[in-house]
Amino acid sequence: MATNNKNLSALINPLSKDNPVIVQILGICSCLAVTAKLEPACVMGISVIAVLAFSNVIISFLRNTIPTNIRIIVQLVVVAGLVVIVNQLLMAYQYDVSKQLSVFIGLIVTNCILMGRLEAFAMGNKPWPSFLDGIGNGVGYAIILIIVAFFRELLGSGTLWGVQIIPASFYEQGYANNGLMILPPMALIVVACIIWIHRTYNKDLQEQ
Amino acid sequence: MKSLRKYLDRIKPNFEPGGKLQSFHSVFDGFETFLFTPSTTSRSGVNIHDSLDSKRMMIIVVIALIPCLLFGMYNTGYQHWLAIGASEFPFWQLMLYGFCKVFWRIVVAYAVGLGIEFCVAQWRKEEIQEGFLVSGILIPLICPIETPLWMIAVATAFSVIFVKEVFGGTGYNIFNVALVTRAFLFFAYPSHMSGDGVFVPLKGTLGIGDGTAVDGFSGATPLGQVATNVGNTLHLTNVVGEPLTYWDMFLGLIPGSFGETSTLCILIGAAILLLTGIASWRIILSVFAGGFLMGLVAHTFATPSYPASMLTAAEQLTLGGFAFAAVFMATDPVTAARTNTGKYIYGFLVGVIAILIRTYNNGYPEGAMLAVLLMNAFAPLIDYCVVQSNMRRRMRRLNAKA
Repeated sequence: MATNNKNLSALINPLSKDNPVIVQILGICSCLAVTAKLEPACVMGISVIAVLAFSNVIISFLRNTIPTNIRIIVQLVVVAGLVVIVNQLLMAYQYDVSKQLSVFIGLIVTNCILMGRLEAFAMGNKPWPSFLDGIGNGVGYAIILIIVAFFRELLGSGTLWGVQIIPASFYEQGYANNGLMILPPMALIVVACIIWIHRTYNKDLQEQ
Repeated sequence: MKSLRKYLDRIKPNFEPGGKLQSFHSVFDGFETFLFTPSTTSRSGVNIHDSLDSKRMMIIVVIALIPCLLFGMYNTGYQHWLAIGASEFPFWQLMLYGFCKVFWRIVVAYAVGLGIEFCVAQWRKEEIQEGFLVSGILIPLICPIETPLWMIAVATAFSVIFVKEVFGGTGYNIFNVALVTRAFLFFAYPSHMSGDGVFVPLKGTLGIGDGTAVDGFSGATPLGQVATNVGNTLHLTNVVGEPLTYWDMFLGLIPGSFGETSTLCILIGAAILLLTGIASWRIILSVFAGGFLMGLVAHTFATPSYPASMLTAAEQLTLGGFAFAAVFMATDPVTAARTNTGKYIYGFLVGVIAILIRTYNNGYPEGAMLAVLLMNAFAPLIDYCVVQSNMRRRMRRLNAKA
């Protein structure tokens, strides 16, 4: 029972209370870069979930055999291998999105969430909890990405997933898309607003 | 006056804790202190009391802006009359036309900004801060006259919330609120903030100034024309294609954002601010010095690939928002440097960077806004360096003695 609870919390906690983006403040860089549109944000989220879950499992299997002084290199090799696989899969089946994400799929290797979870969790836990932790953190990251991309695409381009949402009659009345939403600074402000709302509801997370 | 005081005293208990309307305490307090200077002063020790509180300071800045505002109204009408090919310019009709155009923009800026300030003050149970008094009038002055009202509302709301309130309200903001509003509009809705159709209104208002634009009309500002100039000589024209004189530029009878075209009116405002001691002469002087110097350097190495470098230094200072930024934006006491040496450095760099952006970045025909915002970010660092070097100097002196 106790292990079940622990597994559950490994999966659930990163969604809100211990969210990698808005509480641990990791992975902000890609959060600014890929969230101008909803589609690449979703693909990025799924890629990170996959890489994070499987690298967590692999490192967790290897954790007792990795010498401490070269563990970072081993972790990087595992993550880099998985990233290359994801990148090839995207190029094969989602070529357009892969073009849009360009270098950012490759940069998952340097995403702080990856190294953070490998060091903090997978190195000290069994494969199954590590897998759940990877899924949890990946989903926590993807949620924020999707929320940010939702607002940026809706207000910046007037579309969602490439489909026009804001009716043409609005534009005739003088409405205009907010060009600042497409630029990275606005992504930071949207993330800040999410953090603001999140901290308002979770008073124990507020810094003194 | 007495009856007003009596009325306020009578309704005051309602707003005290426990009263019926206690949640509106800050609104009441705001109006009371606005109408009557608070009588509560310190009762012990030696204190010098001056009647100059921040509300009075703000009001003087607003008064200094009035020449620009009035001239903006006249110029809006004048440009419109020019554009429809009129040969006579009836003064009062021109003023009325400009007034109708700008009135709702001022109302929207104040309503949105003060609305947010009031709500935040209620919510935090603090006094209402008067900081928006000046920002509210600055915002319509620095925007093109044809900026849609809802854009002004959105931009004002954005900058009051994210530039002022999240940092803690008036006096804590890092960036100038009015300029961030302008920057937000500039980056969010570029097509409504530059180009042909935004600086000169073409439609009549309330039956005044009906007409259509003449053939050959071009509503581009002088700096806009400079940015697209080709060839070895500059051709600056007014809206119907007649050449501009330096006198036109100085008086401000050129298309541009509402209140910033007239260098003369800005100088009148500067005189009011300097005589009352509100603005720092160090900043104003050093901004103009920096701009003039950079203008000279640019003009010395004039090339057709950077057409703005063909403007003389004196033209650089009178065109665009440079003078307005120097007098009303860079001198904002909250966001400028505080130390006297720091003020010289800050102002000088504002001037240099404004002309630098204007001349060597073809993407931005006007650099004054970005220069002031950039130096706002650096002002605390400048102050820190000045204070540290002062401390080092005095430490050396102390060590030399000992």
